[in-house]
Amino acid sequence: MSGAAGPGAPGGTARAPLPCAARAAAALQLGGGADPARPGVAVIDLRFPRGGAADLQEIVFRNFYTAFLSVRVQRASAEGPRKWVTCLRDYRLMPSPHTEEGSQDYFSLFRHQMLCDVDQVTAVRFILRQPSPVWLHFTIEELQIYPPSQKSPQKDFPSWLSQLTPPEQPANLHGELPDPEKVSTEVQQMWVLTEVIRARQAAARIGRFDVDGCYDINLLSYT
Amino acid sequence: MVDPESGLSLTIARIVQRLQGSSLHSQLERQARVSLHKPEIKLESLKEDIKDFLKTSGWEKKLQNAVYSELNVFPSPCHPAAPPEHMKEPLAYMRKAQGSWEKRILKSLNSMCTELSIPLAQKRPISEQKELLNKWNEMGTDEPDLSLFRPVYAPKDFLEVLMNLRNPNYENGEQPSFRNHLGLIQVPLKVKDIPELKEDFSELGLNIGQLGIDDSAQVPPEFFENEHVRVGQKVLAEQDSAAAQQYVRQGCPTALRADLWALILNISNQPEDILYYEQLKSNVIQHDLLVDSLIYKDVKLTASNDDYYFVFEDYLYQVLLCFSRDTSVLEHFTYSSATPPKSYIRGKLGIEECAVFYPPNGVIPFHGFSMYVAPLCFLYHEPSRLYQIFREMYVRFFFRLHSISSHPSGIVSLCLLFETLLQTHLPQLFYHLREIGAQPLRISFKWMVRAFSGYLATDQLLLLWDRILGYNSLEILAVLAAAVFAFRAVNLMEVTSLAAAEAVLADLSTLKVMPLLQIFLFATVT
Repeated sequence: MSGAAGPGAPGGTARAPLPCAARAAAALQLGGGADPARPGVAVIDLRFPRGGAADLQEIVFRNFYTAFLSVRVQRASAEGPRKWVTCLRDYRLMPSPHTEEGSQDYFSLFRHQMLCDVDQVTAVRFILRQPSPVWLHFTIEELQIYPPSQKSPQKDFPSWLSQLTPPEQPANLHGELPDPEKVSTEVQQMWVLTEVIRARQAAARIGRFDVDGCYDINLLSYT
Repeated sequence: MVDPESGLSLTIARIVQRLQGSSLHSQLERQARVSLHKPEIKLESLKEDIKDFLKTSGWEKKLQNAVYSELNVFPSPCHPAAPPEHMKEPLAYMRKAQGSWEKRILKSLNSMCTELSIPLAQKRPISEQKELLNKWNEMGTDEPDLSLFRPVYAPKDFLEVLMNLRNPNYENGEQPSFRNHLGLIQVPLKVKDIPELKEDFSELGLNIGQLGIDDSAQVPPEFFENEHVRVGQKVLAEQDSAAAQQYVRQGCPTALRADLWALILNISNQPEDILYYEQLKSNVIQHDLLVDSLIYKDVKLTASNDDYYFVFEDYLYQVLLCFSRDTSVLEHFTYSSATPPKSYIRGKLGIEECAVFYPPNGVIPFHGFSMYVAPLCFLYHEPSRLYQIFREMYVRFFFRLHSISSHPSGIVSLCLLFETLLQTHLPQLFYHLREIGAQPLRISFKWMVRAFSGYLATDQLLLLWDRILGYNSLEILAVLAAAVFAFRAVNLMEVTSLAAAEAVLADLSTLKVMPLLQIFLFATVT
């Protein structure tokens, strides 16, 4: 499932995700017993083509009933065998694992959230946990990895907005509001920018529902 | 999960963009331009002076209210990678269920058209247009033969659908197990427990003054009521939506309710709004829709038979017919799990330029729909204002009561909240009713779908809706439904059939909602 194409990229301005191959989620099993107990842990391994390495900026995915996510990476190094390093530990995707909240949401993990450096990464391992036994399956889908870029860190943002959120900025706000000064300057910028957007859009609501004065309808369409 | 900063920027950008197209924007612009002639505006400090002027002349407040209203109505932005349908409803199986429910409604409507050989929409002949225009204010006197029309669905049909809702990834074993819910709703949504509800509804606490309790005849008005009214007048004078919303959590004085609600919903009934209403009216006159007959039928079946509401019959037709033609209602489908039905102009099947929504507002009325409007008729006598208040109430709240979604105010969550509250706090009662085949939700569902309209006495209903507006949430409906069961628990423990249980709960018109809510939330030992 993972690695599937994400939602259609608008225009040509969106960043391209890194090409990578993710293996399907493998459930962790205890010593080949006949009991098909649900283990609650699964692993997704991801590698870059031709043994390449990449710098990670953002990991985007859609959750499917995974409650906690850990990420480990292997980095290219000159000396010694490559080691797995944990860069994210038990990140909570579902606030309450027995219930739906967050179960099918989209998530972004940013570079600044990582516990270690994520440059020159050769392999990424996602460790998925679901302590609740009520779900039949859990995985993460539509997995995409983005490299750092000058462009928007957020695909699908209108391009004019991208200038407002520079990608390298640490956004660790601990739930506090950003500096009002900064917001107000951003807003001013946006007034100008939205003006442009508006000019491109159709006129304000006129409330017409007929087509050239005609609204004669026989039946509803099923498609 | 968007990172918080870009989430905020996105919200700001969206609000700015939306307000740009509004008449408020052009009004502000005009005011700023007019202010240039004032002596206190100096060229060297132009920007600051204009800002000061807008602040002192009250325009800044209007802008604040508009922003506040946007924040209340629109959900916070989704992750940018999420497709638009994710904003409508994040759970795929819920979207699918809503889709097939809609298909059922379409089929039913289409077969009605075919059976009766009536088109969905056609232009009214000029003579008919004139006739309708003449009797616009007395449409109730008309007695068209509607015996062949039937409501597209009733709450009962909708409950059947919700009962069959399942998460395909959930362990739904054939054997009953701890994972099965004992109630009718089987989807594992998160609902609040009493401690969480106590915190959310803290203003309903025992030591806080409440209209609906502390204004009763036994309590001297100087104890709470007088002061509360005085504060209410101050809130109105300030024209601040946020303050009004906080204020109504303790209830609205009857005399101030209409204005306070309008302030919260940010409805000002400007000349252009009146014009817009007139335009809708002319659209009603021009086009004859099949849903009009459904509306007629519904009003006749519900509000016209209601002791409180029958006098408003004419208002109801006006509002509901205009509502069906209002394309601005379509906007709420960006955050509703529902999708408006589509059709093509006759003879242009499949041509995208001739694709239209039907009805123009995309909402197909069901049995009881007119009860969303009826209580508002007590507050607003001017049709255009009444209309705007209703439309705003619909796109903020009522649409959630008849679409399948996982939203905390959605009907599925409300049902589950009701069942969970009852099961946790009155386990014996819940078990008893379940054993005799009187699942409590079978009785309470219709109350919640109608937001109790038509079940409670009007003054009580308005006190309840005060809290819906005040907390911007419908969860209070589920709490009240559970509280009603708790109140009648002794009688209900004695019944032995669904019919008997229904009889015990048939008449809610004598209930006082605020004491019930308060006792259930704050005075029950848990």
